[in-house]
Amino acid sequence: MKFSLSWLKDHLDTTADLDAILYALTDLGLEVEEVVNPAAKLAPFTIARITHAEQHPDADKLRVCRVETDEGEKQIVCGAPNARAGITVVLCKPGDYVPGIDVTLGIGKIRGVESHGMMASERELELSDEHNGIIELSSGEVGQKFTDWLAVNRPAVVDPMIHIKITPNRPDALGVRGIARDLAARGLGTLKPMPIPQIKGGFASPVQVQIDPALRAKGCPHFAGRTIRGVKNAASPDWLAQRLKAIGLRPISVLVDITNYFTFGLNRPLHVFDVAKVQGALRIAPAKGGEEFLALDGKTYTLRAGMMAISDDAGVESLAGIMGGEVSGCSDATTDVFLESAYWDPITIATTGRALKINSDARYRFERGVDPAFTLDGLDLAAQMILDLCGGEASDIAQDGAPIDTARAYRLDPARVISLVGMDIPAETQRKTLQDLGFTLNGDMATPPSWRPDVLGEADLVEEVARIASLTKLQGKPLPRAAAGVPKPILTPLQIRERTARRTLAALGYNECVTYSFIDEAAAAMFGGGADATRVDNPISSEMTHLRPDLLPGLLRAAARNQARGFADLALFEVGPVFTGGEPGDQHIQASGLLIGSIAPRDPYGSRRIADTFDAKADVEAVLAALGAPARVQISRKLAQWWHPGRAGVIGLGPNQIATFGEVHPRILADMGVKGPAVAFTVLIANVPLPKVKTATKPALALSDLQAVERDFAFVVDAGVEALVAVNAAIGADKDLIESVRLFDQFTGERAEAQMGAGKKSIALGVRLQPQGKTLTDAEIEAVSAKVIETVTKATGGSLRS
Amino acid sequence: MDTSALRAKFLGAAAAASDEAALEEVRLAALGKKGEISALMASLGKMEPEERKAAGALLNILRDEIDSALRAKKAALGDAALDARLKSEWLDVTMPARPRRIGTIHPVSQVMEELTAIFADMGFAVAEGPQVETDWYNFDALNIPPEHPARQEHDTFFMHRDAGDDRPPHVLRTHTSPVQIRAMTEKGAPIRVIAPGRVYRMDMDQTHTPMVHQVEGLAIGKDISMANLKWVLEEFCRAFFEVDKVELRFRASHFPFTEPSAEVDIRYSNVGGQLRIGEGDKWMEILGSGMVHPKVLAAAGVDPTEYQGFAFGMGIDRLAMLKYGIPDLRAFFDGDLRWLRHYGFAALDMPDLAGGLSA
Repeated sequence: MKFSLSWLKDHLDTTADLDAILYALTDLGLEVEEVVNPAAKLAPFTIARITHAEQHPDADKLRVCRVETDEGEKQIVCGAPNARAGITVVLCKPGDYVPGIDVTLGIGKIRGVESHGMMASERELELSDEHNGIIELSSGEVGQKFTDWLAVNRPAVVDPMIHIKITPNRPDALGVRGIARDLAARGLGTLKPMPIPQIKGGFASPVQVQIDPALRAKGCPHFAGRTIRGVKNAASPDWLAQRLKAIGLRPISVLVDITNYFTFGLNRPLHVFDVAKVQGALRIAPAKGGEEFLALDGKTYTLRAGMMAISDDAGVESLAGIMGGEVSGCSDATTDVFLESAYWDPITIATTGRALKINSDARYRFERGVDPAFTLDGLDLAAQMILDLCGGEASDIAQDGAPIDTARAYRLDPARVISLVGMDIPAETQRKTLQDLGFTLNGDMATPPSWRPDVLGEADLVEEVARIASLTKLQGKPLPRAAAGVPKPILTPLQIRERTARRTLAALGYNECVTYSFIDEAAAAMFGGGADATRVDNPISSEMTHLRPDLLPGLLRAAARNQARGFADLALFEVGPVFTGGEPGDQHIQASGLLIGSIAPRDPYGSRRIADTFDAKADVEAVLAALGAPARVQISRKLAQWWHPGRAGVIGLGPNQIATFGEVHPRILADMGVKGPAVAFTVLIANVPLPKVKTATKPALALSDLQAVERDFAFVVDAGVEALVAVNAAIGADKDLIESVRLFDQFTGERAEAQMGAGKKSIALGVRLQPQGKTLTDAEIEAVSAKVIETVTKATGGSLRS
Repeated sequence: MDTSALRAKFLGAAAAASDEAALEEVRLAALGKKGEISALMASLGKMEPEERKAAGALLNILRDEIDSALRAKKAALGDAALDARLKSEWLDVTMPARPRRIGTIHPVSQVMEELTAIFADMGFAVAEGPQVETDWYNFDALNIPPEHPARQEHDTFFMHRDAGDDRPPHVLRTHTSPVQIRAMTEKGAPIRVIAPGRVYRMDMDQTHTPMVHQVEGLAIGKDISMANLKWVLEEFCRAFFEVDKVELRFRASHFPFTEPSAEVDIRYSNVGGQLRIGEGDKWMEILGSGMVHPKVLAAAGVDPTEYQGFAFGMGIDRLAMLKYGIPDLRAFFDGDLRWLRHYGFAALDMPDLAGGLSA
């Protein structure tokens, strides 16, 4: 919403200066976005008088003037034909910046004569295009600031333009008068009265109006107008043109300008029809659908069934409350005009405006809500202005329907206001604030004014009182702790785990990424997503059409971008939500890591090695351990399609999958433009069971004084036998005695097969026995060893390597 | 018995030994089973008691003396050998260390933990909610009915609806405010929570991304006022930005779910492109806030005649940019390794109030 200071002062009687007004506007919730003050660029210039003017000795068209200024007499060479003794001029001194010629003045020498400044033309000061001579002022004292003179004599050219942001609840502030009312309530002056003219119609309006019964209850409860005949539609008078120009509107003709003036001045959009072009009565009715309509913006719109339109016998003449039509619009030739003032339902206007994508000043206001009680008053104020500016004679009012009833009242509870705001605002001040804003108080019941559709409850009264009192002045008050003492922890176990996973991965040398929750359909499909349920209906780009089913596609895309930048060794991770469907709650937290390239840069110690599945496994185990997952897990190959079928595994606890690790499928890498190989892992944080014991106390440490015994075993097994089978079998051989089993070597490949037979490999297990109570005898050790050999060979189908 | 010749002989030999083997030979020649001194000791038995006593004493002294000399020489040889070895064991210690990957934490995660630390101290728990929301939680329950202009201004992403499914489409939550409703519905009042998380708006240009992070705050009690809100936010900003002098400006505004509503600006200066909080004459909007609208309380099953309180919402990415001088929002979600390393935080930089958030 834009307005000028002088327009504001049409409604507000105030002595407050611009800064005070700007401060108050922002504080009141009418946030100032921009101020353009034309006086700023004219600030240095002062008024002076030419006392003598002589012909320049060397130039026919130049005069050497002696000029009386606030700094004494100065000599100035001037080429203007009207430069002569006795005239009052505007002086620009050396050092001043002259906006119209984009020059900072110096002391010049013109054809050998020194010149100390210049006397400006209108164009040189950007006041108008006038450049036939220098400005001659009809009044003014030498030394007076030119801006002060302008403020009195030509206020329009130094009128500051103020642009404020209007929140959706304040349609009343979409008119200058509403803004003035807020400022008056704040105490920055008084709202000027606005008497409504009494217009006596001289004849029945030749244009009659009729609201279709289908719209009477909601879409258009009230429609009114007057015909004014015998008008002359020419250019607007200066004052009106200036009002509009000051806020960036182009004056068109006085009839059109008057409608704009009311739109911005009083939040009362109007429309003018050329009576000569209206055929029959105006009917406000829902469109049948398919009607074509040439609007004032020069575009043709096709109406959909049910859209509200104003039609005459010839067809649609106006898109009600949104935009008038080209055909029945006013022109210089207009002599009889029908002035429309109506109340349109905000929701209906918003729906049609959105559907047709028309943004107009009228739509903007009607969909937020204009004052339904001001329809006739606004009509008459505008009719009077037409009569004053265009002449003519007004008809009786033609109308259908009636203003909607906005009567409602809410209790003002001053104590509750104080309790909610936390500021001591006296009850009397509260009541006065509401009255200043136009509320009617009856006892403690406050009736909102008809122009405040947003006030719908007691809480709205509190807001009005608070914002007029000024929230800037509000003093903070400590919020006492809910309970005395040291605050309890507040994070949930899952929240703690999210953090733990994140910090663990960073500690393992991974860089955390935060990537978008949406990805492209192809990538989503590659990772088991891409279903319609996860599709965004109105994506912002084709790269962001689906909610991500997994974190890896986002990390792989980030990796591809980094590879393109020349970074080959990457360790990236993300902890965040992934989506299994399109219903609230179809999401869970994943932690995923991605290793590409080498685990280390080149160095003299041979550390460089391509990251492989067991690097990923080490890191996923570290994360699981940090999350408190049990050490004994099962590893299966029930792999999703994006993993390498032979080089990846699923970590599970019974049927509960908690993580996957291994190589990413080479086809996925190729499709995503990643140079591989790449290994990765994903942890489903919520699937890791929470500890059953909820105590900080750790179990007692059982230390044995007896020496542990280590025994190593090597087995020949089929190459496809998994190590974990052997390890678990060994552990099971004697659960009391065997403390741990670790695979410490394997022998595979051609040489191994040459030794042990085709399709065979050898694995070596280290078994640690911890005696309990007494030292083991050789016989006991032999017995356990035999048991280990028996269980392992049975479980693996292998044999002890001889 | 005169032992001086023997003494001189073996002490001389010990001193002359050039390595441990030579020294061992000396020891054997003198003190070994067949050594000269051992032989003399053995001969003592054949002597008269008087003579034996005198000779024995002399031999004992001699034996101890030679033994000490041998030990001293052995230690000296050991030291010399170690010195020689150490001289050969020189390394170029300016060579690079064995490589170790250094990981980083994303600024968004770091700032979320900072926020949590501050608000936890003021008794706020952390609440969560789904990012795909029903339009009821995202709008209606927050007093934004379907045709409210504010609803259009949210630039909402809508989820797909199958033909025949006539429910209104779900949305990607446009703010964290629906978590207010979920938290109150679940836990009732009184309540104090913050809800950090991702939110989505259809907006992408130089300074906007379609996904950002927001933190919601909610405090409901019997007598919680807007003045308490101001204090909480002042305390938060002072703690978060780690400057003692923080100045906030509360400006009346409008949100459908709070009444009264205020936008909050923070005082700052911009010196050579560097933002400084708490000084200067510029104001930057950092959050929206207000007293929770009675309709919102009612929608969440809290009696608005009994309870009242405040809510606020602020941008986490923006807070991170302000505090840590990060210029470009879009880079947050790009995963550029150079950016992650530069703006990221060490794994053990865990924000807490005892040690200072960014210390």
